[in-house]
Amino acid sequence: MMRDARLLIGALRAPETVLSLDGMGWTDLISIARAESLIGSLAHRLTDIEMPEQVQPALKDAIQATDLARRQALWEADCARRALTPLSCKTVLMKGTAYIAADLNAGIGRSIGDLDIMVARDELPAVEELLLDAGWEWVKPDPYDDQYYRDHMHELPPLIHRERDRMIDVHHTTLPLTAGPTPNASAMLDNAVQLDSGLYVMAPADMLLHSVAHLFADGDLAGGLRNLWDIDRLIRQFAQVDDNFWTELRARSKLHQLEPHLARALRLTARLYDTPVCGNLAGPANVIDNLYIRRLLARDGWGRENRKFTREAFYIRSHWLRMPPLMLARHLWTKWRKA
Amino acid sequence: MARLHHLYLTVGPARFRVASTWQRPLDQLAALYSDYPASQDDYADFTVRLEPEKPWRRYIRPSVHISGDYWLPDAAPLPLSQSLLAAEMGMNLQMALGWRRHLLLHASSVEKDGKALLMTGLSGSGKSTLSAMLSEKGWRFMGDEFALLNPDTGMVHSFPRLISLKNEAIAAMQAILPESRFGPLMTGTPKGDIRHIIPPTDAVQKMADTAKPALLLFPRFGYDPILRDMGKSEVFVRLTQASTNYVALGETGFRALTKFVDAVPTKAMDYQSGEQAEELIDSLWSQLS
Repeated sequence: MMRDARLLIGALRAPETVLSLDGMGWTDLISIARAESLIGSLAHRLTDIEMPEQVQPALKDAIQATDLARRQALWEADCARRALTPLSCKTVLMKGTAYIAADLNAGIGRSIGDLDIMVARDELPAVEELLLDAGWEWVKPDPYDDQYYRDHMHELPPLIHRERDRMIDVHHTTLPLTAGPTPNASAMLDNAVQLDSGLYVMAPADMLLHSVAHLFADGDLAGGLRNLWDIDRLIRQFAQVDDNFWTELRARSKLHQLEPHLARALRLTARLYDTPVCGNLAGPANVIDNLYIRRLLARDGWGRENRKFTREAFYIRSHWLRMPPLMLARHLWTKWRKA
Repeated sequence: MARLHHLYLTVGPARFRVASTWQRPLDQLAALYSDYPASQDDYADFTVRLEPEKPWRRYIRPSVHISGDYWLPDAAPLPLSQSLLAAEMGMNLQMALGWRRHLLLHASSVEKDGKALLMTGLSGSGKSTLSAMLSEKGWRFMGDEFALLNPDTGMVHSFPRLISLKNEAIAAMQAILPESRFGPLMTGTPKGDIRHIIPPTDAVQKMADTAKPALLLFPRFGYDPILRDMGKSEVFVRLTQASTNYVALGETGFRALTKFVDAVPTKAMDYQSGEQAEELIDSLWSQLS
């Protein structure tokens, strides 16, 4: 029985390592990969490996499921595009949908939940109105939450489409306004790259930095292995096609105030996924990295989250990252009274 | 974290690893599934987990939380006395949310001469009880929960897990089956009283045998006996509702289901007793070409 998610890391990093697995090892691997939403990526990664007959159907299922998810995500993006045609501003796809729409390796086998888009902040009221007209509606019509989102967050409160039952998150920047770093949203929009569909995706360095910001400057690292796998795939592809990528990345990380976050992301993805990274940007390893690794791998072979203490610590940290102490106290007080 | 005990089960084409904090549900499963093929190699399609809702609930008023590879955020925990039910629900959940190799129809099915009769309907329609009764009278039991429709061949695959009897159906089957075929009686579950029965031996021995769907019924218990025709579009829509993975399969699901609805004769059947239902089914079955 596996005590952490290292089995999955090994299989993603070096697919041939699965050749030595026995039945129990495979069952563990599949449970871990499902729990980390990496089963589709894993299945694609193992297509050239001669696998035992017993596991082939589960991996084939995962490939079919992500094929369908891909089609649905592109369809959903197109629905948003059509709803927003009256606007002249750029609609930038983010995260999974962007990887798929731009046909990047990071999109291969990736699971997709919500549609994430980014628009200029001053366009938000118009975007909101057009989406509501096109059948999206508010998920949580709670006045405190609603106001909280509008005042302090990097996105509108989530909207869900009443017929298709799919969520859309409309961002105007990449991190909560209360977070430490303030990425330069207008620079991201300026550099965004247009696709054939008329929709945009971020330029390579910005796209990677958004993934970094999402993982290390926001949230508690739950599901972080998939996020870090995105980072690995993006780096490998961007660094290979563009000699200038690392220089550009350095400049953009400075602009978006994400240098330490990028450095940590580079060190961790190199350690876990063996990603070739620029040593200057990554900086020297430090002991805190070990805590992150411990958190990221907190999943046993039954698919359970373990290391409760470590997870709690990162959960608390996620709140510190999001807001200053007094504001956090006020927020928790309000939430507690409502609960 | 608490150590988990575990057990492997094979039901039809699906293989499960059931992991539990308590030994009790696993012992019950092992006894009831003793005639099913044992795992030789520890591979499984799904892992089911039965764990205390909170760590102390392992001992104090133990409550079983159902999860696994696939899970629902709002699944209500069950008391330890109903942990066998929790295990069965956990396996159903994996199938409902994760199985993609067949179109899943929430239906019971029985087979005769290589042809399958499927019965679907709301809870309380009697589909489970009817399948259990017919399988004591010359039909082969294929499943009381899910009929697995192969999208490529159009054949029905068997998923013969334990038959789940509820409330009045328990006494009705106790009248015709020996005590050794029954699992423990669980009272006061979210669905009332539940008792499982072990399917007949041939259902387990032939669980790899497929059957061609020949008749679909929508039974309804408690009304004057009658058979009614149903429009194809109604059948189609009701089956999309009765399928747990129709949407998840996308185009494959649509093709499989339209082919099924076009090919399989369908009737709505009202009945008030097992004998009436049997008569109606026999008459329909004998008219099939």
